[in-house]
Amino acid sequence: MNKTLNNKAWWLVLPVFLMVAFNALLPLMTVVNYSIQETFGNNEFFWSGTTWFEQILHDGEFHASLKRQLIFTGLILLIEVPLGLVIALCMPRNGPWVSVCLVLVALPLLVPWNVVGSMWNIMALPDIGLLGKGINALGITFNYTRQPISAWFTVVLMDVWHWTSLVVLLCYAGLVAIPDAYYQAAKVDGARPWAVFRYIQLPRLKHVLTIAILLRFMDSFMIYTEVIVLTGGGPGSTTKFLSIDLVQKALGGFDLGPAAAFSIVYFLIILFLSWLFYTLMMREEAK
Amino acid sequence: MRKRYVVLTLYIIFLMLPIYWLLNMSFKTTNEILGGFSAYPRDFTLDSYRTIFTDPTWYNAYINSITYVAINTVISVVIALPAAYAFSRYRFLGDKHLFFWLLSNRMAPAAVFVLPFVNLYSAVGLFDTPWAVALAHTLFNIPLAVWILEGFMSGVPKELDETAYVDGYSFPAFFLKIFLPTISAGIGVAAFFCFMFSWVEMLLAKNLTSVSAKPIVAAMTKTASTSGYELGLLAAAGVLTLIPGAIVIYFVRNYIAKGFALGRV
Amino acid sequence: MAEIRIENLRHSYSANPQSDEDFALKRLSITWQDGGAYALLGPSGCGKTTLLNLISGLLTPTEGKILFDGKDVSNASPEERNIAQVFQFPVIYDTMTVYDNLAFPLRNRGVPEGEIKIRVAEIADMLELTKTLHKRASGLTADGKQKISLGRGLVRPDVNVIMFDEPLTVIDPHLKWQLRSKLKELHLRTKRTMIYVTHDQTEALTFADQVVVMNLGEVVQAGTPIELFERPQHTFVGHFIGSPGMNVLPCEVRGGKAVFAGMPVDVANIQSAGNRGRMEIGVRPEFVSIARAGISADVVRVADAGRYRIVETRSHGHTIKLLLKEGEEVPQSTTFLAFDPSHTQIYEDGWIAGAHR
Repeated sequence: MNKTLNNKAWWLVLPVFLMVAFNALLPLMTVVNYSIQETFGNNEFFWSGTTWFEQILHDGEFHASLKRQLIFTGLILLIEVPLGLVIALCMPRNGPWVSVCLVLVALPLLVPWNVVGSMWNIMALPDIGLLGKGINALGITFNYTRQPISAWFTVVLMDVWHWTSLVVLLCYAGLVAIPDAYYQAAKVDGARPWAVFRYIQLPRLKHVLTIAILLRFMDSFMIYTEVIVLTGGGPGSTTKFLSIDLVQKALGGFDLGPAAAFSIVYFLIILFLSWLFYTLMMREEAK
Repeated sequence: MRKRYVVLTLYIIFLMLPIYWLLNMSFKTTNEILGGFSAYPRDFTLDSYRTIFTDPTWYNAYINSITYVAINTVISVVIALPAAYAFSRYRFLGDKHLFFWLLSNRMAPAAVFVLPFVNLYSAVGLFDTPWAVALAHTLFNIPLAVWILEGFMSGVPKELDETAYVDGYSFPAFFLKIFLPTISAGIGVAAFFCFMFSWVEMLLAKNLTSVSAKPIVAAMTKTASTSGYELGLLAAAGVLTLIPGAIVIYFVRNYIAKGFALGRV
Repeated sequence: MAEIRIENLRHSYSANPQSDEDFALKRLSITWQDGGAYALLGPSGCGKTTLLNLISGLLTPTEGKILFDGKDVSNASPEERNIAQVFQFPVIYDTMTVYDNLAFPLRNRGVPEGEIKIRVAEIADMLELTKTLHKRASGLTADGKQKISLGRGLVRPDVNVIMFDEPLTVIDPHLKWQLRSKLKELHLRTKRTMIYVTHDQTEALTFADQVVVMNLGEVVQAGTPIELFERPQHTFVGHFIGSPGMNVLPCEVRGGKAVFAGMPVDVANIQSAGNRGRMEIGVRPEFVSIARAGISADVVRVADAGRYRIVETRSHGHTIKLLLKEGEEVPQSTTFLAFDPSHTQIYEDGWIAGAHR
């Protein structure tokens, strides 16, 4: 779109800017403050510069958690985004079933995250849970408290169950917002359904898909409650993702320094990768 | 049945099984849940629900949660609308950076913000009120709303704005009567997501409140305290938390499902 | 290319229409000859877009039939009817180049590439798009995009009719006339049947050989621009067409003459007039002149419209407008008006006296 240059637009953006800055800058300053200082208690702080940062970056445990996190997030994106899009395409766009579908699809998103973790915890138990019992009945030995593979399977399945609907709702709204005239023109031009998808729907879903991918990326990268309730990071530390690692470290010592440094590094990784995704997807916008 | 409906039905069944499981658990005693596998409650009990409906901490908690979520959703969507419009229609100094900076506020785990927020909101005297949580949640909901709304606004050709001005509409009239209806799907989605993310957020909601504004998410952790893990109660609470959200999406369904019919008759 | 015949068409957007109000399109029957340029003119909500979509196949009629060259296509899809449609907002395939956009309808029908190349070049030349063929379609201006939309319609050699739904809405004003003349030129060149829907009378009157004026779901009048101008069948047509529109004044018929404000007025269709319903006289400002005797009127306002001036007068509580050419003297505050009898008509309940409905 041809945007007009108009710096007065800042007035429209000002409320947003103020609210978010109010909430963000102060905490940020606090965290940065902690990350570059060291304390031995008694509220006395000593300047420690980059010590904590170096410590974190050389920490083997951190590397392991990071690797697990990247694999997990990668899996999530690979499954949830295409699946969400497909389901959105399958959903009816008018008629009585629309309301039913929307409500049912939205339900998993509304379950509090600790409840999500709990219900999957019970459901996947091999002796008393629907899922656990079901899989074992198929002849596959499944015990997520003991086997890392089962634990990963359960965690991924739980996340897919919980969050795919986010992608579905976004894509559905995006599809529905495509003006009728495009579909009409395609009909008049004799286009097949695949061509309609490729030339009309997919290009116009770009914004919505970017949001979906970025949201899922960020949220899965920061996932905590559901996993901690489901597996606690185990068995062992096979499902210990980055945020679980962070919390363990933060609760461990009384010096918030290392945890603060961890937080900043964590944030920077997310920032960088998001920026990468965003730039790649919005590349064509810059004309 | 056409292929697409088969796929859709399978997906919905996949979604409903754990929900059914949750319902199942809510009507069982904790002993029965942990005792063995049963597809339906052998010992059907309404105890969990009874507790929730009679214990004032529980139903006050629901009211508190609904209050701050409602405040948050309204504030977030309302301030996001003009900002999203600006991002969509205008270029201005620092616009691309500002846009991305907004989203970056969702990139830090909430844990990082807990301590500073407690200090901040205590300092302004809003601690333990729904306002503290509502405002704190705007940190991540406003960027989300701006991003979603901007995405939908960009799908509306600028020519629509110009045609309206030529037809004699003033900017507020154009915005309210013509523009907003065309992005109704985006507004519906943005409102629902703001609602949802605020509704399920636990860390900030718990820590910014103590007694008078205690939300449902904090009340639920009660179930993990005294007598071990009261799964039945937790499940019942979980089921009841679904209801407000289901109502919200039912109400915004018309916005989401409404298309954009080009032009006027 | 086809003759299009509409028989007793009625359409309602609701599933179970009960009364007349439920119908967006009341009963109508029209025949359009092959190769003509037609316009559907009317204000917003009059049903013209509904009618257009019924013809193109995007809607299926509740009642009635649509025939292309005698063949009933009422239930056929747009593809089967072989039509092309240009919409109000440019509808193009953003990710494709201009060339691919124009080639798309042909490719979907399995036309060989060699033939496509020739055809696309021909159409691009007609529309002056040749230089942009390799560019991405989304990079063009609004009028360029509309040309692409139009091109997609023209590129198919067997198109029965091309329909335009207010296509100039988003075009810059100074480019509008350019595109308008281009459309007329294309019609003369390709001799395709074209139906143009608009609420702008200038567009309709300059483009079409025959204009169908609609209001509230009904056809009010169908005729050439001259007929619509000189002999409006309904006061609505009188108002809507012409700038300024026709003067409509209440009257009575007494003793075989039309009487306005106590003064007798000569009208063209006095024989058909009886005292049925609401009686009105209609006369266009072009046919009102200053006289030394006649209807008395007070001059209220004079507006300059370039080559002529619009004089607004009040006479016995009603506004009468007239046009003055350059050089003609502007009357004093009070004057007399005369109406040209051959262009003054009596209307009963809005319809011209003597018309069969």
